[in-house]
Amino acid sequence: MTVAMITAARCGLYACRVCGLVSRPTQAMGTLTCARCSNALYMRAPDSIGRTWAFLIAACILYVPANVLPVMETGSLFGAQTDTIMSGVVYLWTSGSWPLAVVVFFASVTVPLLKMLALAFLLITVQRRSARHPHQRARLYRLVEYVGRWSMLDIYVVTILTALVQIQSLATIRAGPGAMAFGAVVVLTMFAAMAFDPRLIWDPVKEQYG
Amino acid sequence: MTQRSHLIACHECDLLQLKIVLPMGGTARCRRCGASLYRHKPGSVQRGLAYALAGLVLFIIANLFPIVGLAVQGERHDTTLYGAVQALWLQNMEAVAALVSATTMLMPALDLGIMIYVLLALHLGRTPPVLYSLLHALQSVRPWSMVEVFMLGLLVSLVKLMHFATVIPGIALWAFGGFILLLIAAAEALNPRDVWAQLGGVQ
Repeated sequence: MTVAMITAARCGLYACRVCGLVSRPTQAMGTLTCARCSNALYMRAPDSIGRTWAFLIAACILYVPANVLPVMETGSLFGAQTDTIMSGVVYLWTSGSWPLAVVVFFASVTVPLLKMLALAFLLITVQRRSARHPHQRARLYRLVEYVGRWSMLDIYVVTILTALVQIQSLATIRAGPGAMAFGAVVVLTMFAAMAFDPRLIWDPVKEQYG
Repeated sequence: MTQRSHLIACHECDLLQLKIVLPMGGTARCRRCGASLYRHKPGSVQRGLAYALAGLVLFIIANLFPIVGLAVQGERHDTTLYGAVQALWLQNMEAVAALVSATTMLMPALDLGIMIYVLLALHLGRTPPVLYSLLHALQSVRPWSMVEVFMLGLLVSLVKLMHFATVIPGIALWAFGGFILLLIAAAEALNPRDVWAQLGGVQ
């Protein structure tokens, strides 16, 4: 069975991105606002692709210092030691807590990297107006939105270690400059995912579906 | 401005569909992309309110008492959540301190506070004009409230510390764990999209 499927935009209807109310604005002047929640109405999020690229490129640039610079500096009787994200994972692995090493590796290394690759892939396919595999791409976007927050893990680990290990005579832990860059990467990729309008994935898809 | 409050456009793929009356506990899904459009859960306002109020009590405890302590050679060092943020701030890591306090204290507090207000209003059958802005705010605040990630970070750091010191879990640790479960349950009961779908149009 083939059913005609039509989008709100095709009918000249605006769906409010905040409250979902579907309406047809009557006046053509000025900025359109939603009758119910009075937020600005757009067919598609304005400059979605450009804004998402901007956040994504900024995140990619900061991803380098986030991984190269130390996130944690430990000073103890036995000398100073610095840890990057990766060396923290290696430390967990060699000290025998390998399940935790896997979790941290996943949250701090895999998630940010996959998230940036996935967003770039979504942007490129949308810009090429690809109509292929919209279901899989929609699922990928949902995954990116859901999983992004877990990258904050390392920031919290550094925070707690810094607060607890302040035994002046034995050891002190300080947060390193890498932590700042890493936090910025997490925030920027979250902004990038929010700026992306998933409806763009479906716009090139033919509106016949069976 | 002509409204079409009997229609719904999928927020993920913009497909136009007729709103239907859902059976008890049902979920309306987009027929093209499968996104969840709105749900009908009877009693969710009362349940959400119960979870949110209980969560408030635990949230206060979690912020007032030490989360975890460390004992090394007879010297004991405790920290609260605020203390941890302060330690970062004093090391000139103001940006990271701000990020941590926003995602573990400010945003969860806003999330909880807005939820309690909205749920109380819905429970009393009122729709004050501020409800619209609050629902919008709730949608913006939620992605930034990351208490469950913080909890995992806490566990990772405790395992790291166990190798060279005695770790003493504080009251706030348990309170935090309970708060996370209650916050998730309350958020599950109060989904802004369900409320918007129920509110209908305006005159």
